[in-house]
Amino acid sequence: MRELVILSGKGGTGKTSITAAFASFSNNMILCDADVDAADLHLLMAPDIQQKTDFQGGNVAVINPDKCTSCGLCIELCRFDAVNDVFEIDPIECEGCGVCYDLCPEKAIDFPIKTCGEWYISDTRFGPMVHARLGIAQENSGRLVALVRQEARKIVQKKNIDLILTDGPPGIGCPVIASMGQANAILIVSEPTVSGIHDLARVGQLAAHFKIPAMVCVNKYDLNLDQTQAIKDLAKEKNIVFAGQIPFDKNFTESMIRGKSIIETDEKSQASLAVRKIWENVMAQPAMNMIRLT
Amino acid sequence: MIISIASGKGGTGKTTVATNLAFSLGKNVQLMDCDVEEPNSHLFLNPEIKDKQAVIAPIPLIDENKCTYCKKCMEICRFGAIAVVGKKVITFPELCHSCGGCMAVCPEDAISEGDRELGDIETGSIMENLFVQGRLNVGQVMSPPIIKKILTLARDGMVNIIDAPPGTSCPVIAAMKGAHFVLLVTEPTPFGLHDLALAVETVKILKIPHGIVINRAGMGNDCVKEYAKKENIPILMEIPFDKRIAQVYSRGELIVEKMPEYKQKFLDLFDRIKCLVKDPADKGAGIK
Repeated sequence: MRELVILSGKGGTGKTSITAAFASFSNNMILCDADVDAADLHLLMAPDIQQKTDFQGGNVAVINPDKCTSCGLCIELCRFDAVNDVFEIDPIECEGCGVCYDLCPEKAIDFPIKTCGEWYISDTRFGPMVHARLGIAQENSGRLVALVRQEARKIVQKKNIDLILTDGPPGIGCPVIASMGQANAILIVSEPTVSGIHDLARVGQLAAHFKIPAMVCVNKYDLNLDQTQAIKDLAKEKNIVFAGQIPFDKNFTESMIRGKSIIETDEKSQASLAVRKIWENVMAQPAMNMIRLT
Repeated sequence: MIISIASGKGGTGKTTVATNLAFSLGKNVQLMDCDVEEPNSHLFLNPEIKDKQAVIAPIPLIDENKCTYCKKCMEICRFGAIAVVGKKVITFPELCHSCGGCMAVCPEDAISEGDRELGDIETGSIMENLFVQGRLNVGQVMSPPIIKKILTLARDGMVNIIDAPPGTSCPVIAAMKGAHFVLLVTEPTPFGLHDLALAVETVKILKIPHGIVINRAGMGNDCVKEYAKKENIPILMEIPFDKRIAQVYSRGELIVEKMPEYKQKFLDLFDRIKCLVKDPADKGAGIK
């Protein structure tokens, strides 16, 4: 079992489009959409949902007004200012720590499990896919990311699949950390802009912190050749493998509108050829050829 | 007045709109970069940073001389941040949500609180305007406490412009809550539309007035406009899909500086926002 996670730091650099293009090259892999906040991979994959499960992300405290004596202990204890002065709990502010529930002297607080989203196992034209949808304004996206990756691992074992291809979230925080642990390597999709480079450096630092081998490719490299060179220099300095560069191509947007990968739209375009070369470079890396135990 | 600039999808142009709007207004503005995982506004505004404060979160410290290994701390902790194994207490600071439950429940008074650094907040100025940005330390997971701390620095009587993180979960909620207006920046593509719709649901839960900026207008299709019409959400500005703009951005420059005709467009955007903010008292004194 091997897993490649596509990340970027900065959003909107092309993670999902490149994940979909990679999916077109392999016939023995499973797709995993780990951007549970704003999942988009399904828009290109048209998944046929086989199994749908609720994600129970935690609990939320609710005060029962019939039992509450307005003693004020919960207000005093709550570090998240979730209890207002008429003893109602704001479910958005509630962290689910259960401190008020455990310590209320009147046992006037309930602590029901809340459903924070759902996750799916689907069939696609490129193979199975595990994906999810976090409910709006919900917490625990890191846990849902960990869950979809774990479910992908179960399917890998059952079906004897070779590769997990994971479309990761932007940033460097909780969901990103949850998306990269135990992966063989990450591929960072960057863009030749000052923001793209700044964010690449941060996600590269994160990968180094967790000792995950990192690679980088540049999307729309021809937008600014100086910045593309700066990415190559940074990669060299930080021991990030430079896997290649992709020219700007309006096929990325057109493919998105048609619900296809750029390879399906035109496999002979310059961008498609560049993505194929990156795929070959990535898969030839030693880090991608170490079999990890599931 | 607080204007939060958000998007759902990353890379749609939140920072572009936030920085160019702040620069166009010119005075009495505070830009607050709440994208603490990847703060980028400073790259375009070159603020003069004057102060830097660490953001710390309390974590439990166990006094093993007092501890009787009763396990009450482990039982109350919903985050798996304390384990009592035989005659040993192990804490996992990176899992701790700083709820204080372990300290409150300990019958032996054996738990006190120490500090864990989550990141930092820098404050400074851009000419006569103010600048604040938060930065999550690499390897830390908890960004909302940093964002909440930044928001306590919003100034009355100024236009506070928040550059929010992407997504729809806790960090985004933290960066929208308390705003008088949320400006949703999107691009006219299926991904842009899909994530815009999620962001709109988020704003509706928080009941904040909102409007849309379409960035890279002309690159995709009409799906966003059709959606906005159906949902009755005003489109307040369109920034065309123009290679010159992309190049200006790539170099870390402001559109309004390199293409001055855009300054009036951002001022018009601000006028439209002012008209949509419900409470006239929130419109920020001294803008004119």
